[in-house]
Amino acid sequence: MMRFILPLVIFLGLAGFLYKGLNLDPHEVPSPLIDKPAPTFSLPQLHQPNKTFGTDDMKGKVWLLNVWASWCVSCREEHPLLVDLSRQNIVPVIGLDYKDKPVDALTMLNKAGDPYTLSVSDAEGRIGIDYGVYGVPETYVIDKQGIIRYKQIGPITHQALRDKILPLIAELEKK
Amino acid sequence: MKQLFILLFCLMPVFAQAGEAQDLAKDPVLEKRMIVLAEKLRCLVCQNESLASSHAELAEDLRREVREQMSKGNSDQQILDYLVSKYGDFVLYEPPVKSYTFLLWFGPFALLLLAGGGLFLQLRKRRAAQSEPALTPEAQQRASDLLNS
Repeated sequence: MMRFILPLVIFLGLAGFLYKGLNLDPHEVPSPLIDKPAPTFSLPQLHQPNKTFGTDDMKGKVWLLNVWASWCVSCREEHPLLVDLSRQNIVPVIGLDYKDKPVDALTMLNKAGDPYTLSVSDAEGRIGIDYGVYGVPETYVIDKQGIIRYKQIGPITHQALRDKILPLIAELEKK
Repeated sequence: MKQLFILLFCLMPVFAQAGEAQDLAKDPVLEKRMIVLAEKLRCLVCQNESLASSHAELAEDLRREVREQMSKGNSDQQILDYLVSKYGDFVLYEPPVKSYTFLLWFGPFALLLLAGGGLFLQLRKRRAAQSEPALTPEAQQRASDLLNS
């Protein structure tokens, strides 16, 4: 009897692990920056390149940092959701235009609508490295103390917004 | 026409030469050091490629970052620590030994021990079974009677 049960148990264990593996996305690498202070930056604004804007200007506020680019296809997918979110006036969304030509970014915003409270330009992608960006779009939820509380890798889905991001923002606002 | 296509098809590998991503090297020594380090790092965009061989834009940026930190005089370990602090352990090809990687590092040895132990027990059981007299004295007697008759 044992000689049949043992292989069966091993097989079921292996199958269990493999089944779990099917649902894991290897592209979603957990960020070590969660619950750490958001790296500071001061970058030229997209609309007025002679002015800068940075993390210091957002101190004391709960805000979203959305990393995007005009060349990024999934950002377009995400765009309507951001426009929708900005209409509801729940949270300031700062756009970080990542490794992009400002002209292209502005053209895109003019065409598809500008969901950002303010946009900054990270033309060389250096701030991107500071934030551990590896696949645009990425969105960070940053609290009043400037701590990163959540990172969305890839486009924000309606589900992620409803189940994670909005409840988190409401909770952080109370603190 | 057909032969020409076949010939072109056969020649395809000649044109498909891949090399390491080339960057303009101002300082060949530093560049070499950068490549050695970058081979230990994973490109997060194309996860099965090292930072040294990837052509992804992020990999180029990260190579630039590594190069700059090296020319600032940072040690290899400092640079690795910096990248891990931004991208997590996943950026390293060799996962560090931590409590949650014990299974990964030592699991195979545990399996080997387990399998070896199982094999040892099995062999001992078999030997014990074989060392029993194969024939009872009566059967032995009958066998030699038969053989001798």
